[in-house]
Amino acid sequence: MRLSTRHILSINDLTKKDVLTILQTASSFKEISERPIKKVPTLRGRTVINCFFEDSTRTRLSFELAEKRLSADSSNIGKSGSAMAGKGETLLDTVRNIEAMRPDILVIRHSVAGAPAQAAEATNAHVINAGDGMHEHPTQALLDLMTINEAKGRIKGLKVGIVGDILHSRVARSDMLLFRKMGMELFVGGPPTLIPFGVEEAFGVTVCHDIGEVLPKLDVLMLLRVQRERQGEQFFPSGREYARYFGITDEKLKGAREDLIIMHPGPVNRGIELSAAVADGPRSVILDQVTCGVAVRMAVLYLLLGDTHGGE
Amino acid sequence: MASYFITGGRVIDPASKTDAKLSVLIEDGKVSQLTQSRKAPEGAVVIDASGCIVSPGFIDMHVHLRDPGQEYKEDIESGTRAAAAGGFTTICCMPNTEPAIDCASVAQYVIDRAREKGACNVLPIGAITRGLAGEAMSDIGDLAGAGACAISDDGKPVMNAGVMRRAMEYAKAFGLPIIAHSEDRNLAGVGVMNEGLVSTELGLNGIPAVAEEAMIARDIMLAELTGSHLHVAHASTMGSVELISHAKRRGISVTAEATPHHLTLTDEAVSDFDPNTKVNPPLRTEADRTALIKALADGTIDAIATDHAPHNIVDKEMGFENAAFGISGLETMLPLMLALVNEKKITLKRMIEALTSAPAKILNLKGKGTLKAGSDADVTIFDPASSWTVQADRFISRGHNTPFDGLRVTGKIKWTIVGGRIAYSS
Repeated sequence: MRLSTRHILSINDLTKKDVLTILQTASSFKEISERPIKKVPTLRGRTVINCFFEDSTRTRLSFELAEKRLSADSSNIGKSGSAMAGKGETLLDTVRNIEAMRPDILVIRHSVAGAPAQAAEATNAHVINAGDGMHEHPTQALLDLMTINEAKGRIKGLKVGIVGDILHSRVARSDMLLFRKMGMELFVGGPPTLIPFGVEEAFGVTVCHDIGEVLPKLDVLMLLRVQRERQGEQFFPSGREYARYFGITDEKLKGAREDLIIMHPGPVNRGIELSAAVADGPRSVILDQVTCGVAVRMAVLYLLLGDTHGGE
Repeated sequence: MASYFITGGRVIDPASKTDAKLSVLIEDGKVSQLTQSRKAPEGAVVIDASGCIVSPGFIDMHVHLRDPGQEYKEDIESGTRAAAAGGFTTICCMPNTEPAIDCASVAQYVIDRAREKGACNVLPIGAITRGLAGEAMSDIGDLAGAGACAISDDGKPVMNAGVMRRAMEYAKAFGLPIIAHSEDRNLAGVGVMNEGLVSTELGLNGIPAVAEEAMIARDIMLAELTGSHLHVAHASTMGSVELISHAKRRGISVTAEATPHHLTLTDEAVSDFDPNTKVNPPLRTEADRTALIKALADGTIDAIATDHAPHNIVDKEMGFENAAFGISGLETMLPLMLALVNEKKITLKRMIEALTSAPAKILNLKGKGTLKAGSDADVTIFDPASSWTVQADRFISRGHNTPFDGLRVTGKIKWTIVGGRIAYSS
């Protein structure tokens, strides 16, 4: 099995068939993480470099564990230790240097949109975008889809609400692309200051500033982390107001379907976009998302390198 | 000084309403005669312009030469040689140098250096405010005295409307137009491209059209209040065109320019994060582009100016968001604009006018922008049918930052004559 693409820079790189292959592979890999000895030799002798030019805890750990559980040799480049931050080396120079050491896969997280795409042109390795600026975070969307599939047993036709900072969210962009590609119906909400220009046309979603209007018909509700201020610009008056008008509480969920699931890519601002009771409540699949994350990343690493294992 | 007899070409000089097969005689740095004769006077060197258009030398009223201070991006010698290769005989350089052209001595440096090393005429544009800081007025009178042709804080807006008003009033005493970089910094925010569907898709911060339009509206009102001449640099939106058109109809002294890249590309070009498509104002939508072309055709947009903004590769390799704004435009202008002519969007005459007599009129340049007998012997000769491929690494400019690299284009500069001397020949 192989994917139709060399790199995973955007959800747009994947066909529907690729997505289904990833989900299928991920669910078979999920079991490895449940074993006492959590390791298979599948990617033995393969080199993966995790280039996290922007801080990350969850995603980085998730990729690292995925690599280790498949027996790949993995190394990490961080923000503080890299020449990028300190010595003014350009992104392309950094990538050219890494390339000279012959890696098989580069996993790139960068604060600049398009950085992984730019890097992909300077390397023969496969590139996985682990989040670039406000652009995309494709493996997050894939793990979200896997979580939904596991919870609901189906994908097509599901109604999904995404509420919060759509404007600055790479997760939202990848989710919107992926969920639409897989035939789901999408509603996005939150304060109008955080809804990007033309999002309906650009992504084929419906905007509703009062998510309560569509809540009763939703199967999935995803909340996104919000920040009052970004780069000196203010998007809502206070966390208190946000929580009151846009935050999700048990009270607001009264009209929701019995089987509505609550998702959040983390880290959660408890008491702002989501009350603690909802985050920890029975509807929440937030930690299932994290578990699926490792499996999905194992799947994409494996599928990008194909099933012809190095050295075997 | 050699005399030249340019013969066999089609002479188009919009200023004198000339469009005919004529020969041009150049003597002592001046155009001495336009004649039907194809016989060269004795001693004159013949330039065979068969199949070519003979035009007054192109004037680019918006160029960044980066000299003094950022010579690693460009200097006066490389920039003027690139200009000559692009068909320009006169260029006006913006004052956002280090130090800024905000006093007579820096203006004098540019003029002296251009005289010594320049391949074409260079007219400095002085700063509106000291250090382009938007606060205190620069030495506007001294700058005019030293030879500045206009004032501008280009690259930055003058955000304080009170400062802009006083500078506009004051500049009137010296007959200098004010060239406005129209951008409300608060509305533009941290934007790096046009705010639209493409920015939403790419997750890049947008610069809304209103950031430009709100400032143009303000400056038009200030031009009306002060009676000063406002020239709008690099207009890029449909709304800007409407504001300028409305102001002109009301008799306010407003002129405007558009760049080849805004007339040719849209924000769709940003889709693969090519840092060479990052420019300020940003590439806009197809509706904006169409409105700009129409405005250029009908004269609402007076002039074509490149906003040549050369950058070193290191300024563009840090990813789209961190990349510097700007396109190296001198060497690709002609074929890009000829493409509009070939698509019948503008006439050849209008294109030449927007590159010659229009900027000469805006900047009040005597003896330039025309081939009338007695004017300066600044002549551009180009073959409108010759095809070539844009190769950024072959640019004469130190700035190889072009989104047109690899593009097959039509229209080639054959000779650029500056003050009666051949500054470039292909």
